Amino acid sequence: MKIALNRLSGAFALAASLLAATALAGSANAQESEGIVVYNAQHESLGREWIDAFTKETGIKVTMRQGSDMQFANQIIQEGDASPADVFLTENSPAMTLVDGAGLFAPIEKDTLDQVPEQYRPADGMWTGIAARTTVFVYDKTKLTEDKLPKSMVELQDPAWKGRWGAAPAGADFQAIVAAFLQLKGEEATKTWLKGLKDNATPYKGNSVAMKAVNAGEVEGAIIYHYYWFGDQAKTGENSKNVGLHYFKNQDPGAFVSVSGGGILKSTQHMKEAQAFIKYLTSKAGQTVLKDGDSFEYAVGKNAASNDKLVPLADLNAPKVEASTLDSKKVVELMTAAGLI
Amino acid sequence: MTKSGNRSSKAVAFLFQRVKASALLQDNRLLASGKKAPVTPGAARMSLPRGRMPHASVVLLASIVAVFSLVPLGFIAWVTYDVGWETVKTLVFRPRVGELLVNTVLLESITVPLSIVLAVILAWLTERTDIPFARLWAWLAIAPLAVPAFVHSYAWVSLLPGMRGLQSGVFVSVLAYYPFLYLPVAAALRRLDPAIEDAAASLGLDPWRVFFRTVLPQLRLAICGGSLLIALHLLSEYGLFVMIRFDTFATAIVDQFQSSYNSPASNMLGGVLVACCLFLLGLEILLRGNERYARVGSGSARPADRRRLGWFVVPAVALPIVLAALTLGVPLITLGRWLYLGGLGIWRIEVASAFVQTIVLAIAGGVLTTIAAMPMAWLSVRAPGRLQRILEACHYYVGSLPGVVVALALVSITVRLILPLYQTFATLLVAYVLLFLPRAMVGLRASIAQAPVELERAAMGLGRTPGQAVRQITMRLAAPGAAASVALAALGITNELTATLMLSPNGVDTLATKFWSMTSEIDYVSAAPYAFMMVVLSLPLTLMLYAQSKRTAGQ
Repeated sequence: MKIALNRLSGAFALAASLLAATALAGSANAQESEGIVVYNAQHESLGREWIDAFTKETGIKVTMRQGSDMQFANQIIQEGDASPADVFLTENSPAMTLVDGAGLFAPIEKDTLDQVPEQYRPADGMWTGIAARTTVFVYDKTKLTEDKLPKSMVELQDPAWKGRWGAAPAGADFQAIVAAFLQLKGEEATKTWLKGLKDNATPYKGNSVAMKAVNAGEVEGAIIYHYYWFGDQAKTGENSKNVGLHYFKNQDPGAFVSVSGGGILKSTQHMKEAQAFIKYLTSKAGQTVLKDGDSFEYAVGKNAASNDKLVPLADLNAPKVEASTLDSKKVVELMTAAGLI
Repeated sequence: MTKSGNRSSKAVAFLFQRVKASALLQDNRLLASGKKAPVTPGAARMSLPRGRMPHASVVLLASIVAVFSLVPLGFIAWVTYDVGWETVKTLVFRPRVGELLVNTVLLESITVPLSIVLAVILAWLTERTDIPFARLWAWLAIAPLAVPAFVHSYAWVSLLPGMRGLQSGVFVSVLAYYPFLYLPVAAALRRLDPAIEDAAASLGLDPWRVFFRTVLPQLRLAICGGSLLIALHLLSEYGLFVMIRFDTFATAIVDQFQSSYNSPASNMLGGVLVACCLFLLGLEILLRGNERYARVGSGSARPADRRRLGWFVVPAVALPIVLAALTLGVPLITLGRWLYLGGLGIWRIEVASAFVQTIVLAIAGGVLTTIAAMPMAWLSVRAPGRLQRILEACHYYVGSLPGVVVALALVSITVRLILPLYQTFATLLVAYVLLFLPRAMVGLRASIAQAPVELERAAMGLGRTPGQAVRQITMRLAAPGAAASVALAALGITNELTATLMLSPNGVDTLATKFWSMTSEIDYVSAAPYAFMMVVLSLPLTLMLYAQSKRTAGQ
């Protein structure tokens, strides 16, 4: 019996040591392997395109972890100095602000910053814009005509819009829009608008799902970012054939242009490679991926052209928003209180 | 005083016994039979003289696993305590939680009864009537298990993009999960003693009454076990409901996680979800009751006669055909269509790498889970007792927790306390072990129980040492059970989504996570190869489960 027990505990010890070994191997891997780890909250396909092009040019290996803006921002803060990440890419800027506020970013090299106009990066130079996207109201062309479209995003809180529009409130994209609203209109107005959202709008999981719903006639319109429409049009168009794009312009909160950010973690063991990566993203070559690829996000580099099909950034008449002070924490708080997440 | 104390401790022990038994049934869709666990306490006691504690080291090992399994619950309790009552109140008692509760109650209370009706009718048709091709329909009834639930909803949503909300959620859930009821109900029907029905008929009951008054009550344990399994799956399912756009606690927790990583808000939602799980476990204990049905007299029951269907055969055959079209036809046609549209271009190298990583994780996780379940399985068969029952309850409850809750706890603990283990295979494997412990217990327990102590003793009587006897008799006899345990856990790991998403080391992609990120971008074409490979991996395992269920049923 004794021996049987020994065998059992033997198997157990084996299991334990196996766990320990994989743990060690795992952490050793993270420390020693060449190349960098990128926490990518950008679209996986765009991240992949950028990384493949970068690796091809420099030979530096990149490991990508996919997630969402605020998840990674909070995660990096909890990981602190021990974060396995070297570079953090987002879809929007509030997450960058959060990490920057915790003092976890290393300054971006000046050459890199010089590749991006000042309005698309924070004054402190701790991170930089790498792309941009604009808010739009997509609408069902068969149901709404131009005169019936909302003049401002604020109108959507009116009972008249009850059950007629959609959004993806749980996503980082939408939370960035709310952050801009908060900065432009203040807390009370934001609360009211979020209440209107809760009462009137149908929640979707993701911008593309919201657009599909508009296309399918489930709702008359939705607040999303512009490139989902362009992306679908470039493919088969089957998810956007009934869908029109409405730009609010007039410096309305609904015309908010959100900056996608890239930053380097102070704790990185691979500063050179990380700097090279951000430099590449904002370089001519990196920005060309935006122009020629199928992401349809705006290029933000100096003299970098965006995809020809897009309405030029300068014509969007976006509201003036200080990207580096967007308050993501407050937004999550307000949205939780409004019962949206 | 002593008496009442004694009674209450007995009640506690009884409760644990029931929790254990129900959890056993919960993952025991193969063996669920309503039969008491095949333990013979008398025999066990005989072989182990009182006063000796030869099991101390095994008890220690089982306790270590039990402590690990209490970690997720302990963590939620700690967070609750840590943030203080005021915060808990604002985070738990808010309208959003109310909405999610209403959604959950509606989902459960519609899906489970529908699944019961469907499973009982189908099991009756395939087991007790002269329906043609009964074996074929039985196979087809199990086969949907090889299609992960979120692949079911992917198939339906790409076929009917408008599908959403409660109705669609119920519809797809029934299709994806009813086999969990079909398996135990069919197994129980196969084993029923037709003499009871004969007796009822001879007392003048018509066939319908015979069914409702003698057959159905005897299926109660199988129905309760299967229902509990489905109900718990509905609580923890994430992908299915996101795709079909129906909010549950699991989807809301992931939303919170993606907005704020591990915030008190997400942990509080996790707490409510755990409360729902415990409520279901308790409810099942209440509903299954305490009655037993036993056969007296010698010999064994004869196989039941198959009822003639007559003209009814047409609708009877139509049911499994329609069901197979919905549960298998739709996923296969949709998958086939996307694969065809995608052509060769979608079979990128990442598919192969995800396939390999999935298999490695599934096998490593399956083996580890089985090893971790061994001490407890061995104890529960060879030395049942109160302490063992408590330890066993710990092993079982954790498997009823949603992956998202276990993952959330492990993320928070590793990032705060044991950073070297953060985002490593080790932590991911621990999550798998915790989530799939009950599955491993099922196979192991049954097979250890089938190796009678008497054989060991006979071997010893013939001159073997105790160690040799265990090695040459018990271990060898238990090996197929261990293999089944590995397979069961591996099947779970192959289709696991949320815990893998939250815990996996950098650069690790499984078929499920890759499928998920593709469908999140509504790139249904690129997602198709991953879904296809998941089905390919799951199919042989599912077939094995089916064969196993037949074997247990003695056929």
